This record gives sequence, C-alpha cells and structure tokens, in this order.
Amino acid sequence: MKRMRGETLINLLLAGMLLLVPLAAWALEEPFYITLATRVAILALAAVGLNLALGLGGLVSFGHAAFFGIGGYAAGILATHGSDQMLVIWPVAVVLSGFVALVTGAISLRTSGVYFIMITLAFAQMIYYFAISWPAYGGEDGLSLSLRNAFPGIGTALPLNFFLICYALLIAALYLFARIRDSRFGAALQAARQNEVRLAAVGIAPFPIRLVAFVLSGMMTGLAGSLFADLNRFVSPSMLSWQMSGELIVLVILGGTGRLFGPVAGAMLFVLFESILGGFTEHWQLLLGLILLGVVLFARGGLVGLLAGKARHG
Amino acid sequence: MQTALLIEQILNGLQFGVMLFLMAAGLTLIFGVMGVINLAHGSLYMLGAFACAAVAAATGSFWLGLVASLAAAAAAGAIVELLVIRRLYDRDHLDQVLATFALILIFSEGTRWLFGSFPLYLDIPPLLSGAVDLPGGARYQLYRLAIIVVGIAVAIGLYLLIAKTRLGMRIRAGESDREMIAALGVDIRTLYTIVFALGAALAGLAGAMVGALQSVQVGMGEPVLILAFVVIVIGGIGSIKGALVGAALVGLVDTLGRFLLPLSFSFFLGPSQGATVGAALASMLIYVVMALILAFRPRGLFQAST
Repeated sequence: MKRMRGETLINLLLAGMLLLVPLAAWALEEPFYITLATRVAILALAAVGLNLALGLGGLVSFGHAAFFGIGGYAAGILATHGSDQMLVIWPVAVVLSGFVALVTGAISLRTSGVYFIMITLAFAQMIYYFAISWPAYGGEDGLSLSLRNAFPGIGTALPLNFFLICYALLIAALYLFARIRDSRFGAALQAARQNEVRLAAVGIAPFPIRLVAFVLSGMMTGLAGSLFADLNRFVSPSMLSWQMSGELIVLVILGGTGRLFGPVAGAMLFVLFESILGGFTEHWQLLLGLILLGVVLFARGGLVGLLAGKARHG
Repeated sequence: MQTALLIEQILNGLQFGVMLFLMAAGLTLIFGVMGVINLAHGSLYMLGAFACAAVAAATGSFWLGLVASLAAAAAAGAIVELLVIRRLYDRDHLDQVLATFALILIFSEGTRWLFGSFPLYLDIPPLLSGAVDLPGGARYQLYRLAIIVVGIAVAIGLYLLIAKTRLGMRIRAGESDREMIAALGVDIRTLYTIVFALGAALAGLAGAMVGALQSVQVGMGEPVLILAFVVIVIGGIGSIKGALVGAALVGLVDTLGRFLLPLSFSFFLGPSQGATVGAALASMLIYVVMALILAFRPRGLFQAST
C-alpha cells in the first residue's frame, strides 16, 4: 500500500510538472518551451495508447506508428478539404485508426510472440509505402496544413491554448487507462498476458479481449496522431515509419511498462534527451541508443520503476 | 519484346529474392538457434555495404571489398553477440526488440559519424560488368545473374553445413534442446557466437553485393530487414527452407507486382491514373500476400518444429 502511495505521489508530480512548465514558459514569454511541452503531451498520449496493448496486454506492437500516422493524415486530409474543426477531425481519426486496428489486429492476433512483433511491423510498413506512393496527398513530401485546426471558443493558434487542449486529452486518456486497468476487462486483459491458458480455463477467450484492447490502443494513438499533425502543421510518411513505432515503444519502456504515468515520464525523458543531447551533438541518437541499451540491460522498471520501487509485474 | 521484358523482370525478382534470402537465412538461423529477434541485422547489412565500398575505394578492388565486408560484418556480429545479445537469451522478446533497436541507433549514428551523411558509391567489378544474351532475345546484366548464382550457392552451402557437418549437427541440436547439448559438453556459448557471426556475415555479403546496384547509405538496411521479416513470417520462423521459398515468393511477387499492376490498371483506368493506382497497390502487394498466408497458416508455410 505504501509503495502504491509512492507511485501516486510521483504521478501527481509528473502531471503537475507537465502543466507548470508551459505555464511558467508562458509567463516568461518563452513559447519554445510550450511547444516542447505540447510535444511531450502528445507523444505521451500516443504512448498511453500503446501502453494499453503493450503494458497491460503484453502485446508487443511494433506497428503503432500506423495509427499515429493515420490520425495525422486524417487531420491533414480533412483540413485540405476545408473541414478544419478538431471536433470533427478527432472522431474521424479515432474511428479510422480503430478500424485499421480492428482489421490488422484480427489477423496479427492470430499469432503471438515474435510473429506478432513482425506482423504488426509489416502492416505498418504497408501503410507507410502506400502513403509514399499515393501522390494525391503529398506522397513522399508530406502534406502541410496552412492553419492549425480550430476548436470552438478557443484560439488554437496560441501555443498555450493548444497545449491545454492536448494536456486535457492526455489526462482524460490517463483516466480512461486507469479505469480500464481496474475494470473486469482490464483484469482479464492482464490475465491474458500473465497466463493465457489459465484465463481460457476460467471461461474467458483471450482473443476478443486482446482485439478490443488493440483497437482501443490504436484509437488513442490515432487521436494523438491528429494532434501531432496540428502541432507541426505538417503530416508526412515519417509519422508512419518503423522508427516512429520504435520510438513509441521506447517511450513506454523508458517510463516503465504498464505503469499509469510511465508513458508521461518516458515522453518527458525522451523530449528532454532530444533537446539536451541534440543541442550538444548532432549525433545524439548514438547517445540515446547507449542510454536505451543501458536501461534495457540494467534498469528494467524504467523511470517510474526506479523512483517508485520494484515493478509490480515482469 | 514483352516476353523479353517479362523474363528480365522475373530475373530481377529472383535477384531480389536471393538478396532477401541472404538476410532472412541469418535472421531465421539466429532465431531458430538462440530464440533472439535481431532488429540490428539490417545494420550488419549496412555495415557490409560500407566496408565493401570503403575498401574498394581505397584499394580499387571490389573483391578485396567483398572480403572486407564479410570480415567486418562477422566481426561486428561476434562483438555484438558477446557484449549485448548474450545477455538477452533469457529475456522476453520485448527486451530483445528494444536492445536491438538501440543497436540500430548506435550503428546508424556511428556510421553517419564516420562516413558522413552522403551516400557512397560502389562500382560493379569489371569482370562482371556487361550483359549476357538470354534465350528469347533479352539481354540481362551479368552482375545481377552473378548475385543469383551466389545466392543459390550460399543456399546449397548452408544446407550442406547444417545437414552434413559436425557444426551443423550442433546447431540443429541447439535448436531442439540447448540444455541437453550443453550437458553433453558442447560449448554452447561459443556455438551461439559462431552462429551469430555466420548470420552477420551473410547479411554483410548481401549488403556488399547490393551496394554495387544502389547507393550505399545510412538507413539502407532497415527496409530490407523488414522485408526479410515478411519472408521469415511467410516461410515459418526457424526454417531455412521456409526462408528460401519465402524469399523467392516475396522477391517475385514484389517485382512482378510493380511491373504488372500499373500495366494492367492502365488498361482499365487509362495510363496516368492506372499507373498511380497500380503503383500504390503494388507497394502493398507483398503485405497482402503475407496476410493471406497467415490467415490460413498462422505459423508460416514451413513451420519449424519448435
């Protein structure tokens, strides 16, 4: 119980920090840091989605960039056709990425282990190559959004306002994640990760549970993708690339797999590394690789695990 | 004329398939024997290409470059196995994915650091430049034919190695029961290092040979790696025969799809529209084939016994 309270404290601290940094940056008129914090919030949202499949369900999806990119393209394509309302774009992004997750999940969840990793990767590549070779929406060059999409009553062009929208969605997603984790469905999903045979023996088929989790996971990541497109006012096939899928996994692991705020901590660390190491050397990915290798080999609980004590599962 | 073009495309598909086989054979061997999923295999491919290009540029000899690529990839493979992969045998696949993803970052940035961001170029060796006449009036690049021959030779060599030699026997034994062969006094750790270096050398060879056909640059390995994943998923993970069949299938389907689909769609939709739709669909074709095969055989065509 004490350990749980420790983690809750860290979670509140992380949530507070992510909110306070941009507010302080706004007061000090440093919009660059607001953009960085928005990036953290969006990447964290995408990673919360992945954490649902990966952390709770143990489904190592190496293809979540597909959903991220689909969300991004939904925002970009709708905006080029003059539909610039976030409240329209979000549902479209969520439904589209959910649909793709349903189809690809139904095929890839027939397999497990290494097959699942490779197949999710392959499906993401398929969509990546489709985006590259389909010239109508920019092809390889990507698609620019002339203006950030609009939200009723809030001026999204102001960095702080846009950050607050992303932050609110992140908190909502975290709440949803916690509710799912503690629900009967969540219990079944985690049981499917820990012992599939035992779950089947108590009369619950693992396949539908996993499929629903995979679809929900894809939806959240898709929503994050549409925000990411709005943040950069640009969508390109790189959002769909395998590197993006890898980075999303890294976010989840850096922070701590299956932990509620793991993705938030992971996204903070990642963006921090990116901007600090990136300012220090252009070869910052070499250092990131070394750090990541160190985390995998020696610190398996991630940041939240290091701060809040031993991982509850493994 | 059309038949000549078709024969050329079929040969291109085979050449592509052979290259995929060299990658997939190493991957599937490493997975079959050690149970490790190695994302950094594409980096070893890149390393082979860079070693070949650098040595060929320094000495003027493609053949020295080829030897260098084999040596560099095998050495890098052995070092990586000793330092990193060895610690991952008992870990779950997620840790393996992450650690080898980290290796990709390290290899890619390291190579960019050493060689810069500009691509290197590697010339086809004079001995193999030029073209040969094929029956039916087609002419085909000799170098690509040589790649196909090398690939077939490697496939036969691998078969003989695994089926007929003592090392191959140990590899097969390691696949089926690693505790038992360790108990029988075989040094399993050295065996793993050898298998990993062997797989790495095959990837390096593929990289060096392809390096003369396209530019040698950072990031060249991963698209091939992902296709090699498709190959071994189709063929069945751990099965070399599956890798061979899967590689030929993927190579042919991809190349012919890119050739035939735009043509056939132009027939219905008109040239420009048809070419666009055809090209977009062709880029997805192998993944559709993979999905279809998995829908009927979730563990691949030649499911390994494990």
